[in-house]
Amino acid sequence: MWLNPSNPQLDKKGQLHHLLTLEGLPAEILWQILDTAKAFVGTKVKKVPLLRGKSVFNVFFEPSTRTRTTFEIAAKRLSADVINLNVTVSSQTKGESLLDTVDNLSAMHADMFVVRHGESGAPHFIARHVAPDIHVINAGDGRHSHPTQGLLDMFTIRHYKKDFSSLRVAIVGDVLHSRVARSQIHAFSTLGCPEIRVIGPKTLLPAQVESLGVHVYHDMRQGLKDVDVVTMLRLQNERMQGALLPSAQEFYKYYGLTPDKLAAAKPDAIVLHPGPMNRGVEIDSSVADGKQSVILPQVTFGIAIRMAVMSIMAGTK
Amino acid sequence: MPGNPLPDAEQLLTALIEQMRPAVGPETGLIGIHTGGVWVAERLHQALKLRTPVAAIDVSYYRDDYAARGLHRDVKRSEIPFEIEERDLVLVDDVLYTGRTIRAALNELFDYGRPAGVKLAALVDRGGRQLPIAAQFVGATLVLEPGQSVALKRDAGGRLRLELREEKR
Repeated sequence: MWLNPSNPQLDKKGQLHHLLTLEGLPAEILWQILDTAKAFVGTKVKKVPLLRGKSVFNVFFEPSTRTRTTFEIAAKRLSADVINLNVTVSSQTKGESLLDTVDNLSAMHADMFVVRHGESGAPHFIARHVAPDIHVINAGDGRHSHPTQGLLDMFTIRHYKKDFSSLRVAIVGDVLHSRVARSQIHAFSTLGCPEIRVIGPKTLLPAQVESLGVHVYHDMRQGLKDVDVVTMLRLQNERMQGALLPSAQEFYKYYGLTPDKLAAAKPDAIVLHPGPMNRGVEIDSSVADGKQSVILPQVTFGIAIRMAVMSIMAGTK
Repeated sequence: MPGNPLPDAEQLLTALIEQMRPAVGPETGLIGIHTGGVWVAERLHQALKLRTPVAAIDVSYYRDDYAARGLHRDVKRSEIPFEIEERDLVLVDDVLYTGRTIRAALNELFDYGRPAGVKLAALVDRGGRQLPIAAQFVGATLVLEPGQSVALKRDAGGRLRLELREEKR
């Protein structure tokens, strides 16, 4: 096997070859991505020739606008050719298997796959089957992982707070269904964040979430007390089957981020949200558009992070 | 290797300053190439009393050996704090060798605009060019043994020093 047996994301020299999850990714690689992304923020020349002649395939088995668009922009700013495939409406509905789809795309000379899939582990499965010179980036798989989102959140927090070593952070809402929350928790612990809290109703927190090294709160005001960073999660309406919540209104009453609840956090605390937001469900408009919100900078930094990941990977053989 | 066969970088810098003095004006833009070239450009800027601030570029995203060597670990953001359109520019690097870095730097510069002219200053020219590129201002020409390379270092007090490296292959 040509991949590093202990971590299939790394090559034999320990360099990033696929980006599948932040779990188990060495701190050194996380810092390398965050540092590289810095060079892409605020530059006068938007486009550089680094990936000229390379083909990046955005393969989305699950709909997404923002993530797909930012990956597309990132690849184009690196001068790659971008091909967008919305597989939900093509071959899969005709019954083609995942591997057949991937084999066909590889035969079109792809250099990099950006994969979003509703099933946890699908990008990992694809990474194990593609030719050794093809790179795979997970753009979100099931409830498992969304590594570039986790990275752009870390980039945003570092931008405003400089240092992770004294931060108290809170992740709020539907942790159970959230791949973003899992990615954030792994990144926070790898980067040395001393106190990670998760806040939500029992029905929306995974069983034994404490085993990830987080502190669990069910009350917003207690959980937000003196935190530096509040990261909200989207209430995954479309995934909420069964009676996990009485109603969206009740969720808002107890867990919606209002100015009143945010006042428990430090006065300079920042508020993140991976988007798309449900205003009036998990976040109040006055907070989303308020001074402490860094939700739009997150989107901008997301492009820089994706550029960094692609440029680091495409340089490893 | 007995002793240090390399010339003193500070003396080379003085030679470079004297060569450049008649050729530059206060509006000339100096563009240092990360990292050693930026150190040299800063010192030249100070000595030549130029009005235009020093620019620094990192050519990592323009290199042609990226596929083989990957991305440099410590990429810096290029900062050109002036308009380069119709300006006389001097690209500054520490060691001139194959010419590929300079090719990448020229490509990057032209993404910012169309300068009136671009000259090249190098503290050391060690030969071995693979492209038709020549420096107008050179501190010294060095002949190195195969497998040797030379790198610029800066100490805490800001003094520049050349260091010989034996490539492990």
